[in-house]
Amino acid sequence: MTAIAMPEPDAHVIARRVEIVKALQAIVPGEGVIHEETQMRPYETDALTAYCQMPLIVVLPETVEQVSAILKYCHENDVKVVPRGAGTSLSGGALPLADGVLMSMMKFNQVLDIDFDNRAVVVQPGVTNLGITRAVEHEGFYYAPDPSSQIACSIGGNIAENSGGVHCLKYGLTTNNVLGLEMVLMTGEVIRLGGKHLDSEGYDLLGLMTGSEGLLGVVTEVTVRILQKPETARALLIGFPSSEDGGRCVADIIGAGIIPGGMEMMDKLAIDAAEDFANAGYPRDVDALLIVELDGPEAEVDHLLERVVEIANANNASHLRTSETEEERLTFWAGRKAAFPAVGRISPDYLCMDGTIPRRELPKVLAGMRDLSEKHGLRVANVFHAGDGNLHPLILYDANKPGELDAAEAFGADILRLCVEVGGVLTGEHGVGIEKRDLMTDMFSEDDLKQQQRVKCAFDEKHLLNPGKVFPVLHRCAELGKMHVHKGQLPFPDIPRF
Amino acid sequence: MDAILKPRDAKDTCEAVKWAAAEETPLEVLGSGSKKALGRPVQSAHVLDMSDVSGVEVYEPAELVLTVRAGTPLAEVEKLVSDSGQELSFEPMDYGPLLGAETGKGTIGGVLATNLSGPRRIKAGAARDHILGLEAVSGRGEIFNSGGRVVKNVTGYDLPRALCGSWGTLAVATTLTLKVNPKPEMATTFVLEGLGDEAAINVLCQAMGSSAEVSGAAHLPDGHDGGPARTLLRLEGFKASVDYRFKALQSLLSPFGAAGRIDGEPSDALWQSVRDVTVFAGKTTPVWRVSIAPTAGPAFVSTLRESTDVDVYYDWSGGLVWLSCQDGNVHDAEIRAAVSAVGGGHATLIRADSSIRTSVAVFEPQDAALAALTRRIKSQFDPHGILSPGRMVAGN
Repeated sequence: MTAIAMPEPDAHVIARRVEIVKALQAIVPGEGVIHEETQMRPYETDALTAYCQMPLIVVLPETVEQVSAILKYCHENDVKVVPRGAGTSLSGGALPLADGVLMSMMKFNQVLDIDFDNRAVVVQPGVTNLGITRAVEHEGFYYAPDPSSQIACSIGGNIAENSGGVHCLKYGLTTNNVLGLEMVLMTGEVIRLGGKHLDSEGYDLLGLMTGSEGLLGVVTEVTVRILQKPETARALLIGFPSSEDGGRCVADIIGAGIIPGGMEMMDKLAIDAAEDFANAGYPRDVDALLIVELDGPEAEVDHLLERVVEIANANNASHLRTSETEEERLTFWAGRKAAFPAVGRISPDYLCMDGTIPRRELPKVLAGMRDLSEKHGLRVANVFHAGDGNLHPLILYDANKPGELDAAEAFGADILRLCVEVGGVLTGEHGVGIEKRDLMTDMFSEDDLKQQQRVKCAFDEKHLLNPGKVFPVLHRCAELGKMHVHKGQLPFPDIPRF
Repeated sequence: MDAILKPRDAKDTCEAVKWAAAEETPLEVLGSGSKKALGRPVQSAHVLDMSDVSGVEVYEPAELVLTVRAGTPLAEVEKLVSDSGQELSFEPMDYGPLLGAETGKGTIGGVLATNLSGPRRIKAGAARDHILGLEAVSGRGEIFNSGGRVVKNVTGYDLPRALCGSWGTLAVATTLTLKVNPKPEMATTFVLEGLGDEAAINVLCQAMGSSAEVSGAAHLPDGHDGGPARTLLRLEGFKASVDYRFKALQSLLSPFGAAGRIDGEPSDALWQSVRDVTVFAGKTTPVWRVSIAPTAGPAFVSTLRESTDVDVYYDWSGGLVWLSCQDGNVHDAEIRAAVSAVGGGHATLIRADSSIRTSVAVFEPQDAALAALTRRIKSQFDPHGILSPGRMVAGN
């Protein structure tokens, strides 16, 4: 199945495969160029496993010079390139192209500089998210953004997707924690942005690059901000008879001026699945479960725990436990962190969605999802980052039953449309990729999307870097650049001007 | 014919830009004009005055979100959120005192266009970290939306952030959605006196590297405002927590002497003066704003002082150096050489006559590849070069 169509492969490029392999081997000697089908197989998909495509060739450069030479060659020869980090994208961001070179950045795996005084770490893009924390934790530091895949996902991929995680409510997303980048444009030009200092001397290209899904440039070096670990962290497990009560409790906590380190909610189906799987001690007789983690100096955490308990009780909490030990805190989290595999156990397959909504719309969206669940005849389990309104509905289906994947995808699209309808967005942290590409027109007008694509033209005029992702319709840059102007009178002449 | 075009809404703005594009005549994009004396002067017969595109569209304190039209005065926005116990936590500075202009002026559009921030930049970020979405008119005369009304959003390129700090050269923002935050219950300042620059920056970096959650880290050198050197650390939050962290800093920094404590209004006034560079106010000496790695601050200043007489102070844990050239010359070559000698960063000329701001690079020059990319981005938003041309870089 492929409901989402990729651009028609260019037969001329495929016909030149042998020649392209030779050219790449001249740039990356040894085993850095993979062209045997069996060896390329591991690269045919990322974490959006419903979609597979064998790449034309796989190349694993080791130096910036090689990356630059590969891109320059591909640019001159009109060959498409798909950059790939650890391949953990849930939106198909690293899905290969039949006529494209897949460039894996995983040999860029060195920590280059640890600077505790300036709280900055310089790493190569293939270093894992958790690898950064591992490199600095002996001095009590950590890297704050913590996507669930942090043990595997690369920091280069985090830049591409502007990854979040449980703690971004308080500590920000990738974009708030990156200080500098080195990247290579499709032409092979090397560009350095930022460093250990703050802000930019010109346009904020660091901000633009973060979350650009590998369409603008290939990141070859990253400088991130590290933080000292909070002195202490404690968690509350709060159960509610209804998701409305839980939603109100979340709003009241934020309204009281409290920004928790993490605030996660789960619905009944997710609670049961997680408890069966992880034995975290979750209550079974509640409809919504909230985990609130408070971190910081001990005096502050104690003070805020009291406040949150008051707020929870005022919102009909039917179950309330506070972690008394670090072990207990981790147990509270064990269920939530295992929610995806736990759901994987109660269903042969699931689709993980990722929309964001204004917090106050939570009850409405949950009710809407229940209706959609009936309409599509599929179950949905919900886990979400309640503090920032980022939902992860897990749609349960069986790929072996004819039509179920199509039904699951249609269900997912309906959920995301619902998110947009209530003032939210299509994706909070997983990226558009191919998964939500064709829904972009539900959120943006044609002019909105054209202006975004013009930005792409400034970086990659030939549309060779990761094409087919993010934008539903690819416009040629020459066409996007055309302007139709009509000379006329000064506008709004009824207003006095001087 | 010189015209001031004063649109009332996005549609008017769009018409005005379309007209200018058709005429291929540049527009100087202004909010209240409070930052006209900053950046390169724009050569333009016509002004696009956005001050009537004003007003709050939606403010939802419980969602921590605010949507306002770009011409809304900053003071009005700050008052509105303050009345609900919230704030713009990036602490936008007021250039009025430094530039010898009125204080409390400026629009929210101008805040974004210049990516303002303040001492809390090191903890809470700058304007760029608080803009969630916008509606804007490109130099093509097309209205576009980007971003959204929620914090977590990766749907499409982050154009709101890219427009932050673009000084009105890419598009004219008409509506902005901002993230707001709860105001801290209280603030206090931890003060050490008599430290030299190196020891002081060491103190600031140690404090920033601790778990004390410092939200301001500045050093005012000896004689700088008439008194002894003062090294300042700001703590904000719930009282119990602030007191606790104050003690933690005392114990961490005990080798550097006994700490004083400033609370309440005097503490707020002190940080406002650090934010607004009031110590260089009321003069006409050239003033530069230099962003470098925090620990590079003292070496940067001592390198520079080998050739140039400068008065300085440090914010952002040493990473932001405000400097005033005492002999009245701009010394751009010496300053930029010193920035590069300590590992790089950028120096921006903030206060100087418009003739100087025309002839000297106000913003840090970029290398060839980055400058070319910048030009391509500009032309993709504004192909005829009609939006505040030359505001950042000559001929662009």
